[in-house]
Amino acid sequence: MIYSAKIAWRYLTSNKTQTALLIAGVAVGVYVFIFMSALIGGLGSYLVQRTVGDIAHVTIEAPSREAGLLLDNLAGPLLVQQPATGQRDTLNAVDAFLPAIEAMPGVVAVSPQIVGNGFVVRGQSRAPVAVTGVEPDKVSAIANLEPRMVAGDTLLTNSSVIIGQTLASELGIGIGQVIRLQSDRDVERPLVVSGIFALGLEALDARAAFVGVSTARTLFDLPQGLSRVEIKLADLNQGDGFARRLASDTGLTTKSWTEGNASLLDGLRAQANSGDLIKGFAMVTIIIGVASALLLSTYRRRSEIGIMRAFGASRRFVVAVFVLQGALIGILGGLIGALLGYVTLSPFPPPSAISSGGLPIDVGQGSFALAITLTAIGAILASILPARSASRVDPVTVIGQ
Amino acid sequence: MSDTALLDVRDLVKTYDSGEVETRVLKGLSMTLDTGESVALLGPSGSGKSTLLSILGTLMKPTSGTYMMLGEELTRADDAALTEFRNRHIGFVFQFHHLLPDFTALENVMFPAAVAAGRETGAARQRAQQLLERVGLADRMDFGAGQLSGGQKQRVAIARALMNSPELVLADEPTGNLDRESAEQVMELLGEINRNEQTTFLISTHDEKIAATCRRQIHVVDGKVR
Repeated sequence: MIYSAKIAWRYLTSNKTQTALLIAGVAVGVYVFIFMSALIGGLGSYLVQRTVGDIAHVTIEAPSREAGLLLDNLAGPLLVQQPATGQRDTLNAVDAFLPAIEAMPGVVAVSPQIVGNGFVVRGQSRAPVAVTGVEPDKVSAIANLEPRMVAGDTLLTNSSVIIGQTLASELGIGIGQVIRLQSDRDVERPLVVSGIFALGLEALDARAAFVGVSTARTLFDLPQGLSRVEIKLADLNQGDGFARRLASDTGLTTKSWTEGNASLLDGLRAQANSGDLIKGFAMVTIIIGVASALLLSTYRRRSEIGIMRAFGASRRFVVAVFVLQGALIGILGGLIGALLGYVTLSPFPPPSAISSGGLPIDVGQGSFALAITLTAIGAILASILPARSASRVDPVTVIGQ
Repeated sequence: MSDTALLDVRDLVKTYDSGEVETRVLKGLSMTLDTGESVALLGPSGSGKSTLLSILGTLMKPTSGTYMMLGEELTRADDAALTEFRNRHIGFVFQFHHLLPDFTALENVMFPAAVAAGRETGAARQRAQQLLERVGLADRMDFGAGQLSGGQKQRVAIARALMNSPELVLADEPTGNLDRESAEQVMELLGEINRNEQTTFLISTHDEKIAATCRRQIHVVDGKVR
């Protein structure tokens, strides 16, 4: 092995320009692979963060009110109870689970909420709003409002409300001014606007209002229970598994964020597939490049291979010489391409910090180790055909030439 | 096969089949070489000399016949066994030196030992240095093959052939590509090694003068020993 490696290295260094070009070609292929990984991965993170970064990853919902079967042992018509649509879906026994859920690994935040609909009334103006009652210290637990506040702050009291920028401008109100919030239960409370946010999503900026949970209880006439519990995870990709686990452990009704975002997931999958295709082409290019260069080398060195065989080099030794050349080209090209990728992609800001129009490159998703490993394996596979061809050289034929 | 015989071939037949035409090059050739012999192999072009050398060198298998060397029947051995046998017991000197161009003179000489051991050992290096000194190239050890003259290259090739102390050295027109002076030096060297180390030489040549320096001549005519 040591001697075959020496010969492989000697062959590679005997024509430095050709070898340098070959390694450069491999390095470019590896660079494309890493660039595509970082770009597709970064773009995915960017899109997910922008679209679902501010929503709950798992939601505990109130069980739906299905019609109950009153008598199920009759042969004739079934007797069913009409669902009480006038009643609010409420989670009544969830409080006991909250400390345990908060302590579960991967959970970043748990936000018990009371939600309902209502109108913001200001003088003669009325605007419909979706009201979310949250615990005062958890306003930013799910949707990160803190950095998106354009006026005021996220501190909630029993008499304050946080609304979106569009709603504020529609009604012509600002911080410190009082609005009346009228719920769909016909309860009305005067509230001081303590904060105005701009999430960049029209639906929220024009129609969302946050109040304290105690205010929401009054507004929606809900002295006990909750409407839902939103949970944010450290890794949103764990949403489905976490929701399933939580449901089976607690018997609660859970929903993962992916259930309502199938189109986004399809888009991300399609994007990842396109990236994989481009990376696959880069790998094929590397394999063809290495195979053709080594085949050429095999042909050029036929007479030397014949001499080596005459002086006792086994077929396996000849195979090793050429496979090691492929491996060396792959490893060197892989390392150089990866280094180049790291050096040129590292200065890009992470997708979470890019400004509009910037390239969402995530160097952490560059798949450096995978690129080097696949390139080395690809180059070794590419060298097998030339190596086998070299090992089959007939010494008698080539020595006589 | 006598006690002193190094090799013995019986009824060697070699046929080349190119599909439509079948050419029989060796037609039942038999011969024996004793240990320490120096034998010239003579014959016109196309008589089968090169084919015989290839078979004796285990680079080619005969169509039929037997080939015994050092007590082993080689016609039935597989490629791996023949490769190992060749490495240990047979050396080659070709008309064109056929040195490895990317290697120095020393590395070329060491090759047969290094390829057997899987690395260049200190002992192999020492032996290669001694051989290069012996062929008068002590000052050219680290020269690349391309930096040597034709005669020097052929002397390196002779040193390489002797690296593993083979019992048999097969030389195919070893002076065919050299000027008269270099040719005489090479033949003198081969003779000296033959006398001192009892290495058996079988030298294929067209040159009667060179053949005369060998102790025995074998004439191959039309695929048989005459």
